[in-house]
Amino acid sequence: MGSIGTSVKGRVELSFLIDALVIKQERVGPGLYFMELQAPEIARKAVPGQFVHMQVSRELEPLLRRPFSIYNADQDKGRLELLYQVVGKGTEILSKAAPGQNLSVLGPLGRGFVLPEKGQKVMVVGGGIGIAPLVFLLKELAAGGISAEVYLGARTKTCLPSLSQVGSMGFQPKVASDDGTIGYHGQITALLERDMADTAIAFLKPDMAYACGPKPMLKSLARLLLAKHIPFQVSLEEHMGCGVGACLSCACKIKANNQEGYLYRHVCVNGPVFPGEEVVWDEA
Amino acid sequence: MKPELSVNIGGIKMKNPVTTASGTFGYGPEYAPYIDLNRLGAIVVKGTTLKSRQGNPTPRIVETPSGMLNAIGLQNPGVDYFIERALPFLSNFDLPVIVNISGDTVEDYGLLAGKLDSASGVAGLEVNISCPNVKKGGLQFGSDPESAAEVVRVIKSSTGLPVIVKLSPNVTSITDLAVSVAEAGADALSLINTILGMAIDIKARRPVLGNIMGGLSGPAVRPVAVRCVWQVYKAVKLPIIGMGGIVSAEDAIEFILAGASAVAVGTANFVNPRATVEILEGIEEYCRKYGCRDIQELVGAAHRQ
Ligand SMILES: Cc1cc2nc3c(=O)[nH]c(=O)nc-3n(C[C@H](O)[C@H](O)[C@H](O)COP(=O)(O)OP(=O)(O)OC[C@H]3O[C@@H](n4cnc5c(N)ncnc54)[C@H](O)[C@@H]3O)c2cc1C
Ligand SMILES: Cc1cc2nc3c(=O)[nH]c(=O)nc-3n(C[C@H](O)[C@H](O)[C@H](O)COP(=O)(O)O)c2cc1C
Repeated sequence: MGSIGTSVKGRVELSFLIDALVIKQERVGPGLYFMELQAPEIARKAVPGQFVHMQVSRELEPLLRRPFSIYNADQDKGRLELLYQVVGKGTEILSKAAPGQNLSVLGPLGRGFVLPEKGQKVMVVGGGIGIAPLVFLLKELAAGGISAEVYLGARTKTCLPSLSQVGSMGFQPKVASDDGTIGYHGQITALLERDMADTAIAFLKPDMAYACGPKPMLKSLARLLLAKHIPFQVSLEEHMGCGVGACLSCACKIKANNQEGYLYRHVCVNGPVFPGEEVVWDEA
Repeated sequence: MKPELSVNIGGIKMKNPVTTASGTFGYGPEYAPYIDLNRLGAIVVKGTTLKSRQGNPTPRIVETPSGMLNAIGLQNPGVDYFIERALPFLSNFDLPVIVNISGDTVEDYGLLAGKLDSASGVAGLEVNISCPNVKKGGLQFGSDPESAAEVVRVIKSSTGLPVIVKLSPNVTSITDLAVSVAEAGADALSLINTILGMAIDIKARRPVLGNIMGGLSGPAVRPVAVRCVWQVYKAVKLPIIGMGGIVSAEDAIEFILAGASAVAVGTANFVNPRATVEILEGIEEYCRKYGCRDIQELVGAAHRQ
């Protein structure tokens, strides 16, 4: 059930609707799962920041697909990796999928991160499950020989299953946890704010920051970065219907020169990655 | 032998009875990577208004048992943008384009019909007098037979295009509405639009949708939709496009037996981007299996028992 590209608003879309074989399903933390899927067409096309829209069950309930960031894509093996948190019905069912089972996957969807140029200084900030799209990004950065200052935050130590993976890519992530079980005791943005203010640390002003995490985290991060005029890209979430731009559900406010001061853009086709400066943060 | 599947919906010739439900299929390019649009009987594009509309605050959808509530609020770039920027894409395909229109006032409907009448590549209009998600217009027109008829008369005097009126199930008597718009000159009917509903987040103790209320669609609404088609088929002699929760060929056949000449696939597209084509193939198979040579034999057949 492959497909050919079509030109939508001047850009070529290439995405596929396939039945993907579950290769691996592993619990990697409290309610946290890692899944590997055989999906060669999608893996070949995917870029960091893009997502897949998954049907977790063939029944009518739950009805809609569920969006997940591409945690990693192994082009050679034709495999996709996901990291997801069980939060409700759909993710609960997904966590029960066993190797050998087929799942309907639509993707790769959305616009990914715009990668930095060689020699640019980069910062990557992830909070909670928001780490998911950033690991693929870090892999590409490492492959391009770009070093990055990495900040990762989580509720508790066991919610940071990607730490060693990020380390083995050559990054030395700074870590924070809400309960102090690992790294800085507090929010990741608080650690970042401290480092930015600490003259002894000689904080490198990055040319670009990349971030994904819960809205409140992104909001305080935006405040920090905007104050220092550091450009940034964020991956956003919104309740999604179709994933392809047809239903207009996953709207988010993007600044515009009109009467209202904003336009609704859509996470599925205009995002999920948006320039942080363009997002309307007050209501986020 | 290949069954005859072509149908005529109030002057719109469709090569088969499968079309798309407005607001669930964008303007076409969204689903072109997954299906050959040429295979559709027609395409009904997303709701279009005179001026661009921003739509409602988020969350705009919430999933419910075998269905979903939406309160998009008719976000669209307006009719001029549609004609200049979206319509040309669809003219590359061999399929009738039906434009779904919504107005705040009766005059809006007339102006929209006039603009689309002079645009090339429009096969017909579907008049949304039943959107539950907008404050002005919307359901007001759709729940009062006299206002609904007034809208139809204004549109008919502004265009020669076939006019399909889309009815709401959120009324005491859908047949009263159907009779009224039929007398006012509607060429066909489509039913149903979404059913007004709401969901409350019990942790946050407040409504889930930004707009509080929304329209229910998906398999959950199918029995209501089939009932509406059944009643309206008995009351008026206009072709009907049936929709509401169709996800399979069996569902589509149910609507046709109840009296629909064509069917529209909505929410199912979100789940399966190839739903329209798979439903079409299933209808063809059903005809073969049950020795039906022309789809017309099935239209309203459940009434003739
Ligand atoms: C672009 C994108 C990428 C994402 N990537 C990841 C990821 O890599 N890992 C991960 O764990 N989660 C990710 N999410 C969030 C994930 O989609 C939701 O947690 C999931 O859909 C919840 O489904 P559920 O049935 O378990 O929850 P329920 O609460 O039962 O879901 C009910 C409805 O709400 C929707 N919904 C609930 N939470 C969200 C949310 N945060 N975003 C969008 N829709 C939501 C569901 O899709 C469903 O339609 C991503 C979301 C988006 C939009
Ligand atoms: C997200 C969404 C947007 C919709 N937008 C419109 C619209 O703009 N105009 C309209 O007449 N109906 C609109 N509808 C209603 C559908 O066209 C259809 O009548 C309804 O969803 C029932 O069919 P379904 O259960 O197959 O989805 C919309 C429905 C959904 C789910």
